[in-house]
Amino acid sequence: MIKIKKDIAVSETGFLFDPNTGESFNLNKTGQIIFKQLAEGKSQSDILKSVLENYDIEDHVFHRYLDEFLMMLRQFNLIEKEED
Amino acid sequence: MEKLKFERPVINRISAGVPDKFGMGTSIQPISHIDDVAVQDLLEKYGSPLFVISEKTIRKTYKEALSAFKTRYPKVQFAWSYKTNYINAVCKVFHQEGSWAEVVSGFEYAKAIANGVPGNKIIFNGPDKSREDLKLAIENGTLIHIDHFDELYDIMAIAPTVGKVAKVAIRINMDTGIYPQWDRFGFNFENGEAWSAINKIMPDENMELLGLHTHIGTYITTPVAYSVATSKLAALAVRIELKYKHNIKYIDLGGGFASKNTLKGAYLPGSDTCPSFDDYAEAITSALNNSDIQYEHMPTLFLETGRALIDDAGYILGTVLANKRLVDGRRSLIIDIGVNNLFTSFWYEHHIVPSRIKQRDTEDTTIYGPLCMNIDVIRAAVQFPVLEKGDQVVIKRVGAYNMTQWMQFITYRPKVVMIDLQGNTHVIRENETHETMNSMDRIPGYLLDFKL
Ligand SMILES: Cc1ncc(COP(=O)(O)O)c(C=O)c1O
Repeated sequence: MIKIKKDIAVSETGFLFDPNTGESFNLNKTGQIIFKQLAEGKSQSDILKSVLENYDIEDHVFHRYLDEFLMMLRQFNLIEKEED
Repeated sequence: MEKLKFERPVINRISAGVPDKFGMGTSIQPISHIDDVAVQDLLEKYGSPLFVISEKTIRKTYKEALSAFKTRYPKVQFAWSYKTNYINAVCKVFHQEGSWAEVVSGFEYAKAIANGVPGNKIIFNGPDKSREDLKLAIENGTLIHIDHFDELYDIMAIAPTVGKVAKVAIRINMDTGIYPQWDRFGFNFENGEAWSAINKIMPDENMELLGLHTHIGTYITTPVAYSVATSKLAALAVRIELKYKHNIKYIDLGGGFASKNTLKGAYLPGSDTCPSFDDYAEAITSALNNSDIQYEHMPTLFLETGRALIDDAGYILGTVLANKRLVDGRRSLIIDIGVNNLFTSFWYEHHIVPSRIKQRDTEDTTIYGPLCMNIDVIRAAVQFPVLEKGDQVVIKRVGAYNMTQWMQFITYRPKVVMIDLQGNTHVIRENETHETMNSMDRIPGYLLDFKL
């Protein structure tokens, strides 16, 4: 289960600030939607379900997008250490 | 309820203040059409990757350059630098505009002749002219620009056997304040070598010294270097007149004008820093007009401009093969345009854009070509929109030196297409195929068979 670090703030315009590092980031619209759900503690399959309901996108394409997006979040140190 | 369109989610780190190595993050303008022809149609019809030449841009650029000079100095003659782009159709456009030919090898010479350029309207430059080349050039009344003393002695020996006076000029290298100074071609001005070559040519009745030539370097962004070069050549012309009562017919300033491409490591884009044709013309013609050459003997000004006349007219179109993440998280994009086709990517930060943008967001991206080679990098670091496999990209300003220096490596060289003034497209060079490549190999009989 992926957990976003606690004290990270996201504005309504997709501006994201990490007080731990002082770094800031920009999210696009869909980035915001996914990030918000992750921050709420939703699981990947929940997110997948809600996106597929509302958006015109194929299952496997979304999986690719999501994997890549999560990789970037890891890269930018925005995710808590994951336990496997 | 209709479902919404889902864009790829993107997160970008914001760097404060100064532009980083990925650039200013300026908005990217896609190129969907070239001279009103759709990029997508071109790629569908002719395959990917594909070089495209805009005839309109060649003619427009040429007219701009010619007018910049003609309005300041009436006796101007361009000679198309074959090595810059010697696709025949491209050369022919320049010849139709009135350009002579400038060649640097027997191969290029034969091309110019086959293109219909009269021998006496070809400038033959370069350090590699065989005795056969020289003989032919003398017979045809070609302007032979002598590069070194060995060549001078060759001409001295060959001309009497042809029974024609060789029309010659000498190539001169000099200090114009440009670093590095090109001193490997021609005779040096400052140390008297050029003067001593002139003193060998002038008394020889089998040679007629028509001109003085220099090519001070390439991508010269300081027009004042051309003033210096022009003044030095003019001073030599005056000195020749004084000693021999002989008037030089032309002064040839070579090529070297910068194009609007951005050099690697440059802080500002080339489109901002590149001098205009007017800047170069002003520098050269005012040095000529202010020289001590007698008014009635003002020489013709020859120019061998290459990249500045053709870079803008050339495009290469390609297709995205894959997206990948590098270990540091950077996006990398693999396209079917490699350094084999885009030789100039070793010195330019080429302007690459998608043919259309589905999504506004950009990311730090490295763009690789398709070769199995580490050096195959088209852009090491660029802010680029997120593209998918199959999407199309356009690289601008690739008309100079790519369609001559391209390498047949790992795969075939692509087609070159010209868009004419009416918007019709013409294949002006075919792509290579398995047959073209194999037709040049020869297999010794004992290697024909094997068993595995
Ligand atoms: C003798 C000579 N003339 C003309 C050119 C064309 O130069 P550019 O493309 O820089 O205008 C070159 C290029 O190397 C050259 O060597």
